Amino acid sequence: MTESLAITKFSDLANPTRFLSLASRLLPWMGGATAIFFVVGLYLAFASEGDYQQGETVRIMYIHVPAAWLSMMCYSVMALSAIGTLVWRHPLADVSHKAAAPLGAAFTLIALITGSLWGKPMWGTWWVWDARLTSVFILFLMYLGIIALNRAMDDPSKAARVSAVLILIGFVNIPIIKFSVDWWNTLHQPASVIRMGGPTIDGEFLRPLLVMAIAYTLLFFTLHVMAIRSEIWRRRIATQRRVAARMASRES
Amino acid sequence: MSHAFYVYSSYLVALAITAIAILWTWADGRARQRELAELEAAGVRRRSAAPRTSPVENPKEAASE
Amino acid sequence: MTALLLRDLKLSVRAGGGALIGILFFLTVVAVIPFGVGPDLNLLSRIGPAIIWIGALLAALLGLDRLFQADRDDGSLDLLLMQEHPLVLTVLIKCLAHWLANVLPLVIASPLLGLFMNMNEVSIGAVMLTLLVGSPALAFIGAVGAAVAVSLPRGGLLVSILVLPLTIPVLIFGVSASYAAVQEPAPFLPPFLILTAITMFFAVIGPLGAALALRNGGD
Repeated sequence: MTESLAITKFSDLANPTRFLSLASRLLPWMGGATAIFFVVGLYLAFASEGDYQQGETVRIMYIHVPAAWLSMMCYSVMALSAIGTLVWRHPLADVSHKAAAPLGAAFTLIALITGSLWGKPMWGTWWVWDARLTSVFILFLMYLGIIALNRAMDDPSKAARVSAVLILIGFVNIPIIKFSVDWWNTLHQPASVIRMGGPTIDGEFLRPLLVMAIAYTLLFFTLHVMAIRSEIWRRRIATQRRVAARMASRES
Repeated sequence: MSHAFYVYSSYLVALAITAIAILWTWADGRARQRELAELEAAGVRRRSAAPRTSPVENPKEAASE
Repeated sequence: MTALLLRDLKLSVRAGGGALIGILFFLTVVAVIPFGVGPDLNLLSRIGPAIIWIGALLAALLGLDRLFQADRDDGSLDLLLMQEHPLVLTVLIKCLAHWLANVLPLVIASPLLGLFMNMNEVSIGAVMLTLLVGSPALAFIGAVGAAVAVSLPRGGLLVSILVLPLTIPVLIFGVSASYAAVQEPAPFLPPFLILTAITMFFAVIGPLGAALALRNGGD
């Protein structure tokens, strides 16, 4: 019984109309919470002291590290949605991973650019073929590929299912890519081990980092819900246009 | 160049990308809403009263249930 | 299944030298490199294995978009989908046929290019061996991309964009194994065995994903 109840609840959410009404109720709260967390996080980020080794540049960490986390979390969300698409044929899951891909690409881009801006004063160069940077860069390429695939296909539900396959293959691949890039990196730069932030992070830095991470996560989900909503609208519009065209042709 | 330059430029970049993402999502939503309103004004309505479980264009979904 | 393999092989041989164009592309890519980096033989022999691997990788992607598209155009893809054999197996066979017809010639041609790159015998042998072991993985990963883009009229470029990031592990271990064969302190076996493992892994994942995409992307 409880299981069937859970399924009903789940399928309630699957109903896009219900999702839309829920979204319109939730969105102002999510947006507000995001704004509050960002204000507090930014305040903490600038109020905290600089690191004695890295100086002021440690402040870049507060936007760089959460963006990098988000770039991976977004891919996990997309992989979950992809499973939803392929296994349960969940109508919202289709929309969900399509809406998440540009957001993931945006966060990955933030991580890459801020990482590069952090690298310049720290390592003296804009780009290092460091294992982590390289993996994130590959992740960025994968996001762009998924977006390109979604754009190239006309039929939205087919595009969703096909790109879901691609997302899952990519998700299986990410650990392998990470492992191989690590291997490749140790092969090519045995001596100069580059560490970001260092293994132990002082509480002084941890607090703004956590707040900023929460802020970013909230931002992601807010934007994600908004993007899902407009994607649902887009599909409705397409359907209605088709219906209208059919009616017009029948009348004439 | 001073470290402050890198710090501020990275914050600026992050801000710019976030702002673009937010504006894009928002503008997209607004545009779709407007199109829906236009369609509604033109007299095209969803058959929301009809017993159609999934309004998203996905006939297979409806068939499988 | 053997019939399918033979049919695919025959088709790709008869189709007017898909393999030949692949080899030609491979040859051209590798031949262009010295004009870019200069005719320094020491440098060429140092970067030779990497160049050959990258050239083979690009050349292996060439014919990929036709892997399922040709079948889709003449309708035999629908027949394959309706067969009682598991689709995964069919896809696996098609990958093998593609590999035999289009990629294996690249492997065979690689020693010749190794000579151009002033590589010594051990190095050429290592590159050929790693290509032999690693290139099936390229075909299997490529099958996913080909299946995903099967209904796109101009999917060739998209397939390459989608597939290339996923082939990075193969490239890394292929190249490091061929370097390890020449450079003394590095052991040859670990990267080579990992490369083998990656190929076997993709032999499972690739056809699975491609079959899933074909089922879902069909019209």
